[in-house]
Parts: sequence; structure tokens; C-alpha cells
Amino acid sequence: MESEQHFVVTNKTFISVWAALVALTVITVLVAQAHKGNTSVLVPLVIATTKASLVLWYFMHLKYEKKLFKLMLLVPIITLLVILGLTFLDIWFR
Amino acid sequence: MSTENHFDYTGSKIGMWLFLFTEIILFGGLFLVYAVYRYTYPHEFHEAGEHLQVSLGFANTLILLTSSLTAALAVSSLQRDRKYASLWYISGTVALAAVFLINKFLEWSSHISAGMYPGAPALLAKGHGENLFYGLYYVMTGLHGVHVLGGAGALSLVYVWILQGKVDKDRYVALENAVLFWHLVDLVWIYLFPLFYLLI
Amino acid sequence: MESNFYTEPTKYNDLRKWVCSTDHKRIGLLYMASIFIFFLVAMMIGVVMKLKMLSAGTTFISARTYNSLFTVHGVIMIFLFIIPGIPAALGNFILPLQLGAKDVAFPRLNLYSWYFYIAGAVCALTSLFTGGGAPDTGWTFYVPYSVTTGTNVSLAVFGAFLLGMSSTLTGLNFLTTIHRMRAPGMGWFRMPLFIWSLYATGWVQLLATPIIAITLVLVILERLFNVGIFDPSRGGDPILFEHMFWIYSHPAVYIMILPAMGIVSEIIPVFARRTIFGYKAIAFSSLAIALVGYLVWGHHMFTSGMSDTARVIFSLLTFIVAVPSGVKVFNWVASLYKGSSVISAPLIFVMAFIFLFSIGGLTGLFQGALNIDMHIHGTYFIVAHFHYVMFGGTGFAFFAGLHYWYPKIFGRMYNEKIARYACGLMLIGFNVLYFPMFILGWQGMPRRYYDYPAQFQALQRLSSVGSWILVAGILLMFHNLVKSIRKGTPASSNPWGGKTLEWQTTSPPPTENFVEIPVVTSGPYNY
Repeated sequence: MESEQHFVVTNKTFISVWAALVALTVITVLVAQAHKGNTSVLVPLVIATTKASLVLWYFMHLKYEKKLFKLMLLVPIITLLVILGLTFLDIWFR
Repeated sequence: MSTENHFDYTGSKIGMWLFLFTEIILFGGLFLVYAVYRYTYPHEFHEAGEHLQVSLGFANTLILLTSSLTAALAVSSLQRDRKYASLWYISGTVALAAVFLINKFLEWSSHISAGMYPGAPALLAKGHGENLFYGLYYVMTGLHGVHVLGGAGALSLVYVWILQGKVDKDRYVALENAVLFWHLVDLVWIYLFPLFYLLI
Repeated sequence: MESNFYTEPTKYNDLRKWVCSTDHKRIGLLYMASIFIFFLVAMMIGVVMKLKMLSAGTTFISARTYNSLFTVHGVIMIFLFIIPGIPAALGNFILPLQLGAKDVAFPRLNLYSWYFYIAGAVCALTSLFTGGGAPDTGWTFYVPYSVTTGTNVSLAVFGAFLLGMSSTLTGLNFLTTIHRMRAPGMGWFRMPLFIWSLYATGWVQLLATPIIAITLVLVILERLFNVGIFDPSRGGDPILFEHMFWIYSHPAVYIMILPAMGIVSEIIPVFARRTIFGYKAIAFSSLAIALVGYLVWGHHMFTSGMSDTARVIFSLLTFIVAVPSGVKVFNWVASLYKGSSVISAPLIFVMAFIFLFSIGGLTGLFQGALNIDMHIHGTYFIVAHFHYVMFGGTGFAFFAGLHYWYPKIFGRMYNEKIARYACGLMLIGFNVLYFPMFILGWQGMPRRYYDYPAQFQALQRLSSVGSWILVAGILLMFHNLVKSIRKGTPASSNPWGGKTLEWQTTSPPPTENFVEIPVVTSGPYNY
């Protein structure tokens, strides 16, 4: 067993994050209902990404991990964005 | 390394994260398909999306978010050597997974009985955009459902390992990894929910 | 021979000693045996195809059979031979040794990867004889034909899915191993270049393969439930399938070639007896190739109906990928320059590699140019190009690595003279087989056609003759290698005078690789 220091997150932190996630979910539903008929995907995506970041940062411990983990996570995210962008070069201009 | 088992905590965690990356890309492929078709058929997607019940999706979101909380608490409990609390949290997570799946099953059944399934004449009559919307809805929530099952399975396995003492306050990386996977399942749903249910 | 991993006692004493072993060396050999069996099968299929092309019109096989033959040849060569090839066989054996580690990071997962490989192979091969018969779509499984054909595409595609999982898990394992298990003192820039190439490959395996996995799942779902995601009559977009297919399959080209480049970078300094020229440039060019490899998939689709903007940009990006490959070739040649070269089989294979890979790479630029590709797309030109890169490149480098590490793996030497003859025969046969295909393609001979007009007769025949010479060379090489496993003269720990860690242990290595974990105090190629 290696003698690495593991940060134990308090229950309070976890519960606050959960409350924030629930609040954001309520907000995204309310926004959608207030703007009925609006096909924009931007607002729901921004909210979803905020939620996802909370899950990654706290629930998945990323905040407390070595720098390596944070850097590595960027790789698939950038890959996906690049794939999406290049595909849309075709879709947009077809 | 058949004889001695040297154990590398950070190594197993790197392995797990790399595995999660493959999952992100796997779902990413489907999100790409979704993006292309939503861009091609914005109004049809909108029309089709109105038939999904926001309340069901909302309930399932709350269920998964809560299950993520209990999963996270399971890890910190074990780290504090509170084995039974951890076991309870794991059971809670698995139970919530089951509720999620039952919910999903009922939802799928109601769509199918309404004639909204791939290849159904009623769906084809609605047009291309609607057909693709429902096609993607089944494929994406279906694949997500399979991951819910897998995650619940992994958590149950770790539950047994904790009972057997193979996983404890000093060696909890197996629980941590199963829980990481569980959070990923939640993460995917966080995006699925607005993309399918909030097109109102 | 002294005690080694073959002779040391293991948990089992029957076949399970191999198929249930988590020792990376045994798993590497399991892969090697299975990979070469499939290679020989697909090679024979290739010979049959070339035999058919001796004359035009229907001869001893039907057009339908020919469709199945090129599909099966492609599927086996791509998914069962060249993608797993170097990383799974040589990589598994050599990677932990070069790192100074006892095994990979996840030995059991490593064994499961091989199980996935075998399961995938079984599915792919079963699909040939069951259901509606062997798939006839080409290895690319393009929709809508792959969804509508009555042949057994679903099972073959599922096989490819399993093979993808095997490849992903191998990549995951190697990445973790490289991050965590380097010997004390081995910083990132003291790693052998083969490891750097496996590192870059690992990331590509990890980040590209899931895309093909989901695409193949979609094809299966289309066939089973008729969802319509790629079906234009239901609103789907078949070009989107091509995008997704090539989002994986172009980076997959780098899964195939990067480890080959790694082998070349190992062999050259050892046999030139001088340090590699531009270590960091080679290391970073591996990463650069992996990176840029993601940006160029569209050049497979210039004639698909993709938007003009996309075509122009993909064409531009394609030229960029030539830069890091060029950097490597220049560095290899510069390393050979003024070296005290020891001419030996591995180096001869490497020089054949540089020659063939350069031809393959430069003809790739023809096709990267949008306007020229309009003319040669889907002709023999492309077939010749990718055989030069994949077989002339990866294949020859694989064989070079096989000869180079042979004494380490088996503890014996092959017959040097036969190895040289075999390489010469292969080099001649290869060029006689594939070079005429450049000309045929340029003149308009389409790929995958089983018939051709009379004016192509002479070059077609020449090409078929080349296939016999090539096969003779390959068989001679395998004969030499297989025979020498038992009959070769025993090899010393370090017959080539290599400086990397695998040469610091005995040949073959003990089960735990090193009696004492070595400590690294300098770079890998200090001559």
C-alpha cells in the first residue's frame, strides 16, 4: 500500500453539491417552460455543462486529484469538440 | 505478475479514468449523430420532443442525482471506516438505479403502445425528423440504460467484496472506481435530459 | 539455457499454462501465434484474388465470391492482423521489459483483451459460413448496402466490435503501464522510442476506437430494428456513417503505423552504432501524428458528396500530417549517416521499410490533393498506396522487429542468410505485385472489380506474378523463424549490443523479467 494522502470529502460538501444540482435541474426545466417554442439548445447545454462540471469536480473527486487527472480529462473533451467541429464543416456548408 | 500482487492505487485510478474516457467518446459518437440530425430537422425534433413527459424525465434526473450523492457518500463513509454506513449507501444507490430503470421501462412501454417505436407505421407517417428523434431516443436512452445496469452490477459486486473484507478502509479503490463509473452514468443523463425532454 | 519463463514452474501444467496465464510474455506470444495464423489465412485469400485477376472475365470464382474474398481479406488483415499486430504481439512482450517492469499494469485485463480478440475472431470467421454467407460489403461496411445486404454482416460487425474492445483495453493497459511502471530513473525522455510510439498509439486506441464501436452498434441496430439512422428513405444520412467510420478508421491507420515507426527508431541506432538523431523530435512527432491524425479523416470521402468547404479544409489538413512523418524519415536517415552500420537482417528489413514507406507516403500526398483524388479515388492507385504504407510500412517493420527481438523472445538465433534472402525476395515480390497497381489505378482500373478490359491484361498478370514471389519470400521467412525456435543456435542476452533495458536481462527472460529491477542513469541510445 502506498502512503498517499487521500482527501476525505465532508458529507456537507456532497450534500451542498447535490442541492446545487437539483436547483440547476429545476432552473433548466423552468427556463424551458418559460421559453416554449424556442428551439435554441444553448441555455440547456450551458446548464447541463455546469451540472456536469459539478459532478466531475466534487462527486468524481477531480478537485482533489493530481494535476495529471485534470489534464487527461481535457484530452477526450477536446477530441470530441474537434470531431464535432470538423463534421459540421460538412453539415453546415453542404 | 502471477505470484506477487503489488498494488498501485494511482495506477488503478488512471486505468479507470482512461476507461471513462472511452465511455465519453462512445456516447460522444451518439451525441454527434444527435447534433447532426437536430441541426437538420430542428422543427421536427421540437414537435416530437413535445410528446415526451417532462415530469418523468425530471423525476429520473432527481433519482440519478440522488443516487450519485449516495454513491459519493458510500466512498467517504468507507474511507472513515464506517463499513455499514457505506454498505447502506451502496444499497441505496442500487435501489435508486432499479427505480430509474422501472421508470424508464414504463416510459418506453407507453411510447411503444402508442405506436412510437422504430419501423412502426404510425411513426413513419410522422416524417423523417420525428422518426430520427425517436430512433435516437431509443438508442441513446437504451445504451444509457445498459450502463445503468452495468453500474448497478459493479456496485453490487463491490458490496459483496466489502462484506468479504476484500475492500475496506485501506483498500477502497474498487469502490471508488465503481462509483466513478456510476457518476459517469449520471453525467450522461445530465445531457440526455435536456436534449430529449426539454424540447418543449 | 538457464532458467527462463518457459521452463520455470507455473500454476498449471497443461494448455492452461498459456491460455490462463497473465504473464505479458506468454500473452504476447499467444497474440503472435494467433495474429500470424490469421495473417497467413488472409494472405492466401489475397493470392486467390490475384490468381483470379490473371485473366479477365469469370474464371474459377464468381463475382459474388470475389466480393466476399476482398471483404474477408480486408476484415482479417485490418482487424485481426495489422491493428492488434505490433502493439499486442511485440508490444506486450517488449514494453514491460523496456520499461524495466515485471509486467503490465493490469495483467488480468491483458489476458481478457486476448479473450476479446479471440471472441471477435471467432465471430468474424463464423460469419463467413453462417447466416446469409460471407459479408460482401468490403471491410468498410458502408451503409446503405451493409444494412440491406442479406449476407451475414451483423455477426461480422459484432466481431469487429469485440476486436475494438480488445484493442481499446490494450491501449488502456499500456498507457497506465507507461505512466506508472517505468524503472527508477527512467524519466519521460529516457524512454526508448518504441515506448513513445506505443504511448501515442495507446491514446489513439483509447480515443478513436469507441467511435467505431458505437457506429458498428448502430449498423447492427439498423439491421435488427430498422431504426433509419443512416437510411436516406427515413431521413438518415449515409454520409454521416462515412464520417463516423473514418473518424475511427483514419486514426486507426496511425494505430497501425506508429508502433512500426517505433520499431524502426529502435533498430536504427543499435545497428548504426550511434545515438539516434533528434530523439525528442521523433518522440514528439509520434504525438503530433496521433494528434493531426484526428483532423484528416475527410480525405477518405472526397467523392462522397461532402460539402466543398469540408473537402478543401480536409485536403489542407492532410498535407500537414506529412510533416511529422517526414520529420521521422529524415531523422532515421540522418541517424544512419556516418554510423558504423552493422548490416544484419533487422536493419535490412528496416531499410526496406524506409524505401517502401516513402513510396507509400508520397503517393498518399497525391490522394490528399483534392483535384487529383477526384481522378484516382476508388482505383487500384489507392489500393497500391495503402499496401505500400500498411504492408510495406507496418508489415516490414513488424518483421524487422520480429527478427530484432527474436533472440530475446526465443533465446535462439534464426538463420541470418535465409532471413536476408527472404527479405530480398519479399522486397522484389512486393514491388512487382503492387507497383503495377499504381499504374493500373492511374489508368483507371477501379478497385474491388473482378473483371477488367483487355488493355490492363499485361500489368494485371505482372502483378499476379509478383504475388507469388512475395508469398514465397514470406513463407521462407516464417519457415526460418519457426524452425529456429527449436534448432537455432542459442542466443546471448544481448546479441546486438542494444542499450535498452530488455537486453539487460537473460534471453529468454525469467518469469519476473529481471532478477533485480534495473536503475536507469542515462538515455536509451548512448553509443
